[in-house]
Amino acid sequence: MKVRHAPFAASLALFYATGASSADEASVTLRAGPHSQLAATRCVICHSVDYITTNASVMTRARWESTVRKMIDKFGAPVSEQEAREIVDYLTLNYAGLDAQ
Amino acid sequence: MITRRTLVATAAVLPWIHPALADRKEPLADVLDTLPGKRPLIRRSFRPPNFETPLELLRQPFTANDAFYVRYHLAVIPQIDAREWRLRVGGASCKSAQEFTLDELRSRFERTSIAAVNQCSGNRRGLFTPRVPGVQWGTGAIGHAVWTGVRLRDVLTAAGVAANALEVTFDGADRPVMPATPDFIKSLPIERALDPETLIAFDMNGAPLPHWNGAPARLVVPGWAGTYWTKHLTDIRIEPRAADGFWMKSAYRLPSSGFPGIHFPSQEAAETRPITELLVNSLITSHRGGERIRRSESAQLRGWSWDGGSGIAAVEVSEDGGQTWREAALGLDMGRFAWREFRWPIDTARAGGHRFMVRARSRAGARQPRELTPNPSGYHHNRIQTLELEVA
Repeated sequence: MKVRHAPFAASLALFYATGASSADEASVTLRAGPHSQLAATRCVICHSVDYITTNASVMTRARWESTVRKMIDKFGAPVSEQEAREIVDYLTLNYAGLDAQ
Repeated sequence: MITRRTLVATAAVLPWIHPALADRKEPLADVLDTLPGKRPLIRRSFRPPNFETPLELLRQPFTANDAFYVRYHLAVIPQIDAREWRLRVGGASCKSAQEFTLDELRSRFERTSIAAVNQCSGNRRGLFTPRVPGVQWGTGAIGHAVWTGVRLRDVLTAAGVAANALEVTFDGADRPVMPATPDFIKSLPIERALDPETLIAFDMNGAPLPHWNGAPARLVVPGWAGTYWTKHLTDIRIEPRAADGFWMKSAYRLPSSGFPGIHFPSQEAAETRPITELLVNSLITSHRGGERIRRSESAQLRGWSWDGGSGIAAVEVSEDGGQTWREAALGLDMGRFAWREFRWPIDTARAGGHRFMVRARSRAGARQPRELTPNPSGYHHNRIQTLELEVA
């Protein structure tokens, strides 16, 4: 680190957790569980999994159902109806914070 | 000396909880991460990349290019060789389709600059209660820059605008992974496209646009939400019909009632209408909530205020919970689309907690509200900011 940046970096460090030195999406992963592999392979075609994890606390089963529908119907995600049900089950079990409260 | 290792270790045990989010059940640690060519920014997502400017980097009048926030919908973002880049202008209401190189754009049309705020529609979405899904932006999906380029009007006029033109559509080089995913195509009403303050910009703060902010050319629509400022602009179409893609018809829409704003008649429906210009707003940048300041040392509350283009008339501060308001000092007026500084002296002779409420008023007479108007996508967060400091 360049010395002249140290005070600025120190002030930032008080407020933020520091991640990898460059943006590497492999540092965020989905929880293991039934159908996690399916979710991991389908969802990551178009986006990193932090789209899932950062929304977890806002989500419910109904919201995951509509989100997965939107991905299939509006965005053309290659997901069968059976897979959609499994992905919704997985997301609801692991990333539906509002349901859990 | 502070090493990177100690910084990381310190940061890891001090996840910062945003004051406005303190009532959340789980702490929200913001993570800094670095995109090539950018300083560390708050990472909201890796791919497509969504990165937010930390508050400390919003203190300058012009947000540094390498600190400016990054927002994408689609994950395929080509690095564009400016020499190979072409801008195509066509459409059913275009009299004579044209294609321009960057040099042709620069040499054929008059160059102009404008200072303007660029703010994401969903800036502060993460501060809505109840919370709404989407990129959980804090306060930093915003920046202010001097944009330099040519007038869109001049380019459209060179290609010939037919009398039946209704909208102009804009497409950039960024594209979806799956062919079935709707490309990010936005449109403007013909009137706004022909407004002399709508630009095709290639410079930002006197330097070429950074890759992550739309190089080599992007649309600049001062006063309107960032969603219209198409990055990596490649295709402009003048059309006699309303654009009907997903990003106009389904996304970036507000409830038809409940919000002020310029109308976009060709895109309005019974229930919803597209977001258009920014609402009056402000942000304290000098301090974070909960900060301690030393007794009797002079200190000022500072920040920025802006709206959709009428300009800022006043910024008012209340220290008694909103019962009485007094006007803060305003900084330089850099234009009606620029943000304007406000300054308020902090009475550091009085020890203890200080609670400030800040609200901006536009020249059009609009004021920041005490309560937000709920909307499913979490747009237009402009509630009066409340910030507490401790003098000790």
